[in-house]
Amino acid sequence: MNMLKFLTAGSVDDGKSTLIGRLLYDTGSILDDQLEALQRSNRKNDDGTIDLAILTDGLKAEREQGITIDVAYKYFQTDKRKFIIADTPGHIQYTRNMVTGASNAELAIILIDARKGVIEQTIRHSFLVSLLAIPHIIVCVNKMDMVDYDRQVFNNIVADYRAMMAKLDLSDVEFIPVSALKGDNVGFKSDRMFWYEGKTLLDYLETVETHIDEDIKAARMPVQWVVRPQTDELHDYRGYAGKVLSGTFKLNDSVTVLPSGFTSTLDRIELFDKRPEEASAGMSVTLHLKDEIDISRGDILVKSSQPPIVSQLIEADLCWMDTKPLDPTHTYLIQHNSKVTRCKISEVLYKMQINTLEKLYDEEFKLNDIGRIVIKTAEPLAFDVYQQNKANGRAIIIDSRTNLTVGALMFRAAAE
Amino acid sequence: MSTKPDYLDELEAEAIHILREVAGQFEKPALLFSGGKDSITLVRLAEKAFRPGKFPFPLVHIDTGHNFEETIQYRDEMIARIGEKLIVGYVQDDIDAGRVVEQKGKNASRNQLQTVTLLNTIAKHEFDACIGGARRDEEKARAKERVFSVRDEFGQWNPKSQRPELWDLYNGKIHKGENVRVFPISNWTELDVWNYIRREKIPLPSIYFAHERDVITRNGQLMAASPFLNMDDEDVVQRKNVRFRTVGDMSCTAAVESYAFEIDDIINEISASNISERGARMDDKVSEAAMEDRKKGGYF
Repeated sequence: MNMLKFLTAGSVDDGKSTLIGRLLYDTGSILDDQLEALQRSNRKNDDGTIDLAILTDGLKAEREQGITIDVAYKYFQTDKRKFIIADTPGHIQYTRNMVTGASNAELAIILIDARKGVIEQTIRHSFLVSLLAIPHIIVCVNKMDMVDYDRQVFNNIVADYRAMMAKLDLSDVEFIPVSALKGDNVGFKSDRMFWYEGKTLLDYLETVETHIDEDIKAARMPVQWVVRPQTDELHDYRGYAGKVLSGTFKLNDSVTVLPSGFTSTLDRIELFDKRPEEASAGMSVTLHLKDEIDISRGDILVKSSQPPIVSQLIEADLCWMDTKPLDPTHTYLIQHNSKVTRCKISEVLYKMQINTLEKLYDEEFKLNDIGRIVIKTAEPLAFDVYQQNKANGRAIIIDSRTNLTVGALMFRAAAE
Repeated sequence: MSTKPDYLDELEAEAIHILREVAGQFEKPALLFSGGKDSITLVRLAEKAFRPGKFPFPLVHIDTGHNFEETIQYRDEMIARIGEKLIVGYVQDDIDAGRVVEQKGKNASRNQLQTVTLLNTIAKHEFDACIGGARRDEEKARAKERVFSVRDEFGQWNPKSQRPELWDLYNGKIHKGENVRVFPISNWTELDVWNYIRREKIPLPSIYFAHERDVITRNGQLMAASPFLNMDDEDVVQRKNVRFRTVGDMSCTAAVESYAFEIDDIINEISASNISERGARMDDKVSEAAMEDRKKGGYF
């Protein structure tokens, strides 16, 4: 059995929490004491049924206001798969929290209220999903019960969404008409929408392919920790511990250490008590090289035949996440895998007006702003283009004055 | 097409990655060890992350004094087996020194008092990161918490201003006096932990398995009869076949009736169960926001 991490994006009233509640309910994931707590609570639907939405509101402030402020993670499983839901806020004010929740997702559910159709926030959520290069999208047209399960309403929304998609780099998109409140096409196929011939939401979640091509991408492993027991019997032991970001390392592969550029041969792969012949994407392993070379935390091991880009000047998409605007004169820290070095934003190329997808050229980067910049780093980074190899194409910016994470970077290319 | 990793492999690799980030980013980390199955799982993950080297951190146990003796015995045998350092912070020391006052009444527990001992132990040893076994599926405040959860110098969690946490890039930068709580098994469920324990053949304290024990019924829950429980004439001691789903101190951890003698039985029992794990914790029954409030005050 494998695992699927997905996010749900929606705004205050389009029924996102109800949809998650419905998924949990239809898969039998709500336990007796949780149901009992629901019954105890004061919030009920108009028809007196329990309000599935309150399952997902975790903080007092959220229950008070009836909104999602920060991402909450929910877990359920079926016979086919384990699921992790990142339930993210939809409001523009909490864009950084949505990006947090979306960053590890392989699939995004975008909710559209059937009565409202494609609106600004649909565009914003779709843009963020495209920016983060989430491979699969399901557009759930919700509240179909409120429009008499009308096929034409659904078809019009699908057409509108497809027109918008053309402006974004979105590929795999599915459309499902649902009513989370009444339970149509979530866990069970709806009789009331006999005209819909596709899968239910759950069906799709259970069968969508994950981790596509990760193993065949270029092999990368940042060194997190050097294992050196320094005991009498293991005097010469030096193992480089880390998680393989992408690709596959095999015994006897020629391996290059970056940024130093030294090359050696992969001698041994350790996974605790196992000695596998290869280490592929997602595995946390310890690697041994034939030669003794200087390697420490922050270095990255790559397959010599598949070199990454090495540069100190990088063009990247930036999402700004701090209440204090970006200061182009300030020296920040950049964390790229296990490497931390100093950096400056040397140029702002443009900012996106993310509700309309227009470019802006004259404004400063404030909280939740997204755009294209050039970053200059104190030491060279060995990276890949985010859209081609997400795992080695991303970084965060930290403000050393506050220690806060203030920016998310997705690398596009080495800059001139 | 390549073979996809099993979800337990994925969860394991993620947790090992997080443990190694702690080792790489912090000066004085510690692993909080309760003797429960989650922290026992953390110890196995630390072995996978750092062997054949030593752990780059000691284990820290906050001892309420109201222990199941099986837990302490397990702890000491485990420490001897893995050869790592153990530091114990005693709640009794804080009671004796007058820093905390023992609760009174029928439902008295030392659960709340642990927070003070935990914060004192962190301050005394200047720990900058504390690894814990909390999971997001346990409780809805925990469902909101980051893997690297920054606490201010009073140990407080501020849920409304958490740092963004993107991809698997964990920002452990802090000011002096602050510390970070790190939760490597955030994404595991109770069932995942049990499946992992079975797969890895990890030994557990015997109280997790069905055994005969004297219990009383208190607020609809079965509590182990012990000198730590304030009992009166209304409490009727019965002998039952029970086991524990979580291991807290004896005055706040309820038992469930069970005939699950083997790990397979337990996994079947949990799969079929309709009560969540923390449903057997009196400390969470106080109010809807009981956990959120305790975390804000510095609790695990």
